[in-house]
Amino acid sequence: MTKVKTSLGRRSFIKSVSLAGGGLIIGFNWLACKGPAEEGSEELAMQMPDEWFELNGYLKIGDNGIVTIYSPNPEIGQNVKTSMPMIVAEELDVDWNNVVVEQAPLNTEIFTRQLAGGSQSIRQGWQSLRTAGATARQMLLTAAANQWEVPVSELSVENGVIKHQGTDKTIGYGEIAKAAVNVEIPEEVELKNIDNFKIIGTSRKNVDAKKIVTGQPLFGIDTYKEGMLIAMIVQPPAFGMEFKTMDAEKAKGMPGIKDVFTIDTYPEDMEKEWSDVAAFSKLVVVVGESTWQVMQAKKEVKVEWDLSPELTKQIEILEKSAGMDGVSGLESTSIHASLMADVGSKKSEIVRRDGNPEKAFKNAARVIERSYTCPFLSHNCMEPMNFFADVSGDKAELLGPIQTPEYAELSVNKRLGFDLENIDIQMTRMGGGFGRRLYGHFLVEAAVISQKMGTPIKLVYSREDDMTNGVYRPAYHVTYRAALDGNNKLTAFHVNAGGIPESPLFANRFPAGAIDNYLAESWSMESNISTGAFRAPRSNFIAGAEQSFLDELSEEMDQDPIQFRLDLLDRAASNPVGEENDYDAARYAGVLKLARDKSGWDNTTGLSRGVAAYYCHNSYVAQILDLSVKNNQPLVDKVTCAVDCGIVVNPDAAKNMVEGGTIDGIGHALYSEMTFKDGVPQQSNFDTYRLIRHKEAPKTIDVYFIENGIDPTGLGEPPFPPIQGALANALYKATGKRFYDQPFISHMQDDLKT
Amino acid sequence: MAEFSITINGKNLSVDVDPTTPLLWVLRDHLKLVGTKYGCGIAQCGACTVHFNGTAVRSCQLPISAAADNKITTIEGLSENGDHPVQKAWLEHDVPQCGYCQAGQIMSASALLERNPNPSDKDIENAMSGNICRCGTYTRIKAAIKTASDSQIA
Ligand code: FES
Ligand code: FES
Repeated sequence: MTKVKTSLGRRSFIKSVSLAGGGLIIGFNWLACKGPAEEGSEELAMQMPDEWFELNGYLKIGDNGIVTIYSPNPEIGQNVKTSMPMIVAEELDVDWNNVVVEQAPLNTEIFTRQLAGGSQSIRQGWQSLRTAGATARQMLLTAAANQWEVPVSELSVENGVIKHQGTDKTIGYGEIAKAAVNVEIPEEVELKNIDNFKIIGTSRKNVDAKKIVTGQPLFGIDTYKEGMLIAMIVQPPAFGMEFKTMDAEKAKGMPGIKDVFTIDTYPEDMEKEWSDVAAFSKLVVVVGESTWQVMQAKKEVKVEWDLSPELTKQIEILEKSAGMDGVSGLESTSIHASLMADVGSKKSEIVRRDGNPEKAFKNAARVIERSYTCPFLSHNCMEPMNFFADVSGDKAELLGPIQTPEYAELSVNKRLGFDLENIDIQMTRMGGGFGRRLYGHFLVEAAVISQKMGTPIKLVYSREDDMTNGVYRPAYHVTYRAALDGNNKLTAFHVNAGGIPESPLFANRFPAGAIDNYLAESWSMESNISTGAFRAPRSNFIAGAEQSFLDELSEEMDQDPIQFRLDLLDRAASNPVGEENDYDAARYAGVLKLARDKSGWDNTTGLSRGVAAYYCHNSYVAQILDLSVKNNQPLVDKVTCAVDCGIVVNPDAAKNMVEGGTIDGIGHALYSEMTFKDGVPQQSNFDTYRLIRHKEAPKTIDVYFIENGIDPTGLGEPPFPPIQGALANALYKATGKRFYDQPFISHMQDDLKT
Repeated sequence: MAEFSITINGKNLSVDVDPTTPLLWVLRDHLKLVGTKYGCGIAQCGACTVHFNGTAVRSCQLPISAAADNKITTIEGLSENGDHPVQKAWLEHDVPQCGYCQAGQIMSASALLERNPNPSDKDIENAMSGNICRCGTYTRIKAAIKTASDSQIA
């Protein structure tokens, strides 16, 4: 058992406990939040309690023993709404069947990090969730001990029932909860030994699954409230352009249309949060009674757009510096490619340098150099951006899908000038996030629109609005060089990485630390196309590129690709180069070995299989992908995944995440791209933007977890990056051709033409 | 605006809307049946799939004028208690991640099994390739359809 201080870094938690002490919550809507209890059973014959006792901000206990656990973090499909409450329930020692899960509201006083991003919910919540459960358990035990006048040490708990060893007396949590509320909050509590876990490590079904498969309203876009109007936007057709004038007479006269006007979401003098990313601040807004009416009216608004001198100036300078003709200040994919290859990499800065790489390259018998690229990507959450807002007087009520409610609250505070107490943000389940909903401009837009209209509104982006609105995954470019000596031994490694508008480089990741002479350089270029975090930011490209290069390198060196990596990792473990290597070489090697063993890796067979491994978001993933190519179409037969994310809280759901990340990674590397011509996005819906479909998905995905009892780390992102390398390497085996530029499918089709 | 009568999930309803309004928006905006989702509006993603006289159609492409006087089933009406074999199989395999595409997936899958109770892998792939899942739940969807198929045959 580990003892932890309950106040450890969580002053706010204690404060809320004392505030909530004695708090009684009545009028709870049972149907609205039926949780795991209904899962395949009648065992929830228990009636709803008459009274609830809130022991701390994370949970409340009903007088009949039913427990409500609040899931603090936004749910974007990563299943934290099930796994976070599981962690609380574990330490509380309750029967999961008597647990009801509710989405907690935004409350920075109680919760430490209400943000879905960076695969950090479980990792960062682990300690506080356990402590919350253990604290409540301790208070319940103390209350029972007081009542029976026995020492706490003589009590034990099983499934929410407290038992006294000597007398065999028992009492349920529900019966003692009222007394527990008045127990002083313990300063220190004991956490369970992980060997005694009963809930963590067992598969529990998604608490919202029943509602999902029966089509109940769960998502922000499903919000309908009395008197609510629908709002949609009209945005500039190209990045680098802005609103000039409009003629909205016809649109205003159309049936159901209430108003057409412009808003400026982020006025120049507004102090912005990091999450206030928006390519287009000035928007035309159409408000009406129903979505279809508004969609029709949007087409009839005649808007004139203008070049934005502020946005195009930088790009013109870039174009001129590259000696281009026809300088426009509006970006095109064709220009991006040459800018990255010819201009960007020439202005790079050294980020890390070990040994004497220049000398090693000069003395090399052979230098292998390869470059890799990827395009911009749109997030394409299946639920388009939307938000409900009801702003009246000095109060704002906001409801919808947002990954960063804490920051959005500050943005509304700055934009509307309302006090934080008067801004209420409720989180709905999200139809995907992938980073897109970190950037809450749509929430601010909704608030501004509602204030202007004086009515509740729901802002909804059409798919086209969503896809052409920006906040894309950046375009990246990386060049790798390796120096080999006369004995075909690797003597130096050089990575030069950059992108528009940021570099994907992680200078201290593998193979840094494994090679004596190492050089990492980074650069970036301006753009007026807005970008943001996309599932496994930066790793989502550089992992695949690096793992493809290592594969090619191992072939040039006549080595088995897995053994080649293991040898490098061995070196990094036993005698690391440099001190700032931010990975654990043994855990890294562990997933490679597990994938190798489980897949029956034998590089001499005729299978077209590729391997890759990567470390990001504190977790390690190795993947081995088998495919065949028919009619120039790749068919992925099987993927074997080995994952080290420490303790796996909910194994089946974790597998689902790994399967999903794997499919998503394959899909984007093979099929997806967002291209531009004179600033205009060339894809605006799923007829032109290709996402992986059912028939293109792998036939089988096997997932294996390393069991090591280490505190859990993220899983939403880590399976996504390496699979792209495994795919490229398998494609090489199948076609004899290396794939350097994503999306790979366009190059397979090149072949068909020639 | 015009008055249309339509049978949705066994109930006869009437709505007063523009004849060009797609069934999708009639369901969502006017009837508050929000289980049917909007994903693309151009018949590319399948999120809006409903049953039209028993076959799977994309409701974003079906104007109310063409839907009227026909039998429509939405995810809300697929079964009384959420216990259609496909829904049960979906729970058993814990298919959903974000869940947004799943109503459409379930409506496509249930229509497939209706006309082909024992589909091959190819049949499943062909019938389901009009439904996009950005979360990548395809392998589970396939497994769930097979479970539902077995339970129907059994
Ligand atoms: S919304 Fe109808 S197919 Fe996408
Ligand atoms: S479960 Fe998220 S789109 Fe399918």
